[in-house]
Amino acid sequence: MKEHNIEVLERDFQAKIDNDIKIEPKDWMPDEYRQTLIRQISQHAHSEVVGMLPEGNWITRAPNLRRKAVLLAKVQDEAGHGLYLYSAAETLGADREQTIDDLHSGKAKYSSIFNYPTLSWADMGAVGWLVDGAAIMNQVPLCRCSYGPYARAMVRVCKEESFHQRQGFEIMTTLAQGTAEQKAMAQDALNRFWWPALMMFGPPDEDSKHTKQSMDWKIKRHTNDELRQMMVDITVPQAELIGLTIPDPDLKWNEEKGGYDFGEINWDEFWQVVKGNGPCNKDRIETRRKAKENGAWVREAANAFAEKRKLRNTKKAS
Amino acid sequence: MANKEWPLYEVFIRSKQGLSHKHVGSLRAADEQMAIDNARDVYTRRSEGISIWVVESNSVFASDPNDADSLYEPSNSKVYRHPTFYDVPDGIEHM
Amino acid sequence: MNALFEYLLRLGDDSLILGHRLSEWCGHGPILEEDIAMTNLSLDLIGQATSFLKYAGEVEGKSRNEDDLAFLRFEREYKNLLLVERPNQNFGATMMRQFLFDAYRKLFFERLVHSTDSQLSAIAAKSLKETKYHLKHSSEWVIRLGDGTEESHQKMQSALDDLWKYSAELFYQDDVDEDLIENGIIPAVDAIKGEWDVLVRNVLEQATLIIPSNNWEQVGGRKGIHSEHLGYILAELQYMQRAYPGMKW
Repeated sequence: MKEHNIEVLERDFQAKIDNDIKIEPKDWMPDEYRQTLIRQISQHAHSEVVGMLPEGNWITRAPNLRRKAVLLAKVQDEAGHGLYLYSAAETLGADREQTIDDLHSGKAKYSSIFNYPTLSWADMGAVGWLVDGAAIMNQVPLCRCSYGPYARAMVRVCKEESFHQRQGFEIMTTLAQGTAEQKAMAQDALNRFWWPALMMFGPPDEDSKHTKQSMDWKIKRHTNDELRQMMVDITVPQAELIGLTIPDPDLKWNEEKGGYDFGEINWDEFWQVVKGNGPCNKDRIETRRKAKENGAWVREAANAFAEKRKLRNTKKAS
Repeated sequence: MANKEWPLYEVFIRSKQGLSHKHVGSLRAADEQMAIDNARDVYTRRSEGISIWVVESNSVFASDPNDADSLYEPSNSKVYRHPTFYDVPDGIEHM
Repeated sequence: MNALFEYLLRLGDDSLILGHRLSEWCGHGPILEEDIAMTNLSLDLIGQATSFLKYAGEVEGKSRNEDDLAFLRFEREYKNLLLVERPNQNFGATMMRQFLFDAYRKLFFERLVHSTDSQLSAIAAKSLKETKYHLKHSSEWVIRLGDGTEESHQKMQSALDDLWKYSAELFYQDDVDEDLIENGIIPAVDAIKGEWDVLVRNVLEQATLIIPSNNWEQVGGRKGIHSEHLGYILAELQYMQRAYPGMKW
């Protein structure tokens, strides 16, 4: 009897998805759908929060007031995005602090791009242009994902993200059209961030075990390789426009497929960084862990004050 | 008490005079004043709001989606409440 | 001495250095919501600094713009309060510093909107809106943390004990102010002191904190005599412009 019920529930659930009807928090959903979403959404949230660090560390060294303000606004947006996403994860029953503890313990993942260091001001340009560019590529299709709160969070995020990419590209353009030192700085940043940006789309399709189920459930709308190809095709002309060179000797226009052929990604590096052996993994996690630890007395005090006030108000009322 | 988390609040924003409050998401705060301040910082950074409501999530009482049919069936079957049923002569705009 | 120019540097530098200090919190806040709140504060202050320093450059008439003034002066030429260069230390100390400053700025901008100088009055109007919110935020935190746990109370009392001596400089007035006050360009800050005292005592009382009895006043910032902290702040702030002189960013 119970089995028959599950079948009906699963069938109705899939029918909703196939008809582009959104799944909302209290709707029945398969456990695996819930767990996959919790994992994907919280990973996304962690990425936004950890992503504040490589850029945050250049705010105090921004070269002029306008750049300082824009970088502050961008990083603030990223914190906000993290919040929208944690909030979406909570609608699925995931506890925000638990997912954050999982991040700090290494159990939960975040986008590996943030394990690379930002070494020069030009990195602010490269990160905005390439990293936010890749993120947009991923996020725009997610605005149509099957789970309501995640889709709505993505709509908010996408509205704000295009400013991020534009300001990054503006930095790159200014440098590329500046002095010889500035142009060299920009090229160097591109050289260091190009491949890690392409790695943001994950392992090749043949090695990506979750993809098919996620696509059936409309949690994922394009495969890793599809998105990666789109990224290359869109970005190469942008680099050419400002006179920078993509660091790929195998990059070649393929007339037949109407896109670029590009070189082999270093999958060893990819897996090593994902496993925790990238240049900044330990530092990033340590920074986040310390922030939470150093803030414990603050959160505790806020709770204590709220309790005291409740008691006072109850006393007053009686 | 020591590591108790801050409660979750649902946030509703009225972005413009004349519109109603819309649910925009949630956040954590230790008390309502903090929830309002946080909501302002998170959800109105681009001046998207003139009025903010915050409600502790566990104070929100929700209907069961499985009851949707019985809750709403009556008006679904009464087609004449919906504007699409009436034939509007061509040439009449804004109706 | 161009009094208005000097005065604008004071206003601009206060906002600049405090904004810079707050930006150091980015990614390190006690909870994500406060990371957003503090970057918000920082952004508002950098915006104010830009307005004040831009105007200062115009008043000086030597073709210096807001970036020239923000990034290329030398240590003794910065005119910010000592209070704003105090290190962040912990979230509580940061909020205490913020509160003492915000209480002053709110009362100050309320009067500056009536300035006979229309540009100053306009900047004051915009800044007042922001400052009212800053004050709400910082005073709520001072109360929450002062009257929270035993640990938070001690940290806040420590912060108050440390910062109180820098608050006197908020009301510092000298020959730079005289003419400007006479011409209705700026308010006399000693008139604000009374109200500031009331506001601050009220909040500190709710926070169950005790105002230090030692009335020693630590001043110097307005004359360009700073603490050792400013040097390090400027080393970071000015780095790009000093390392790559004369370039566009």
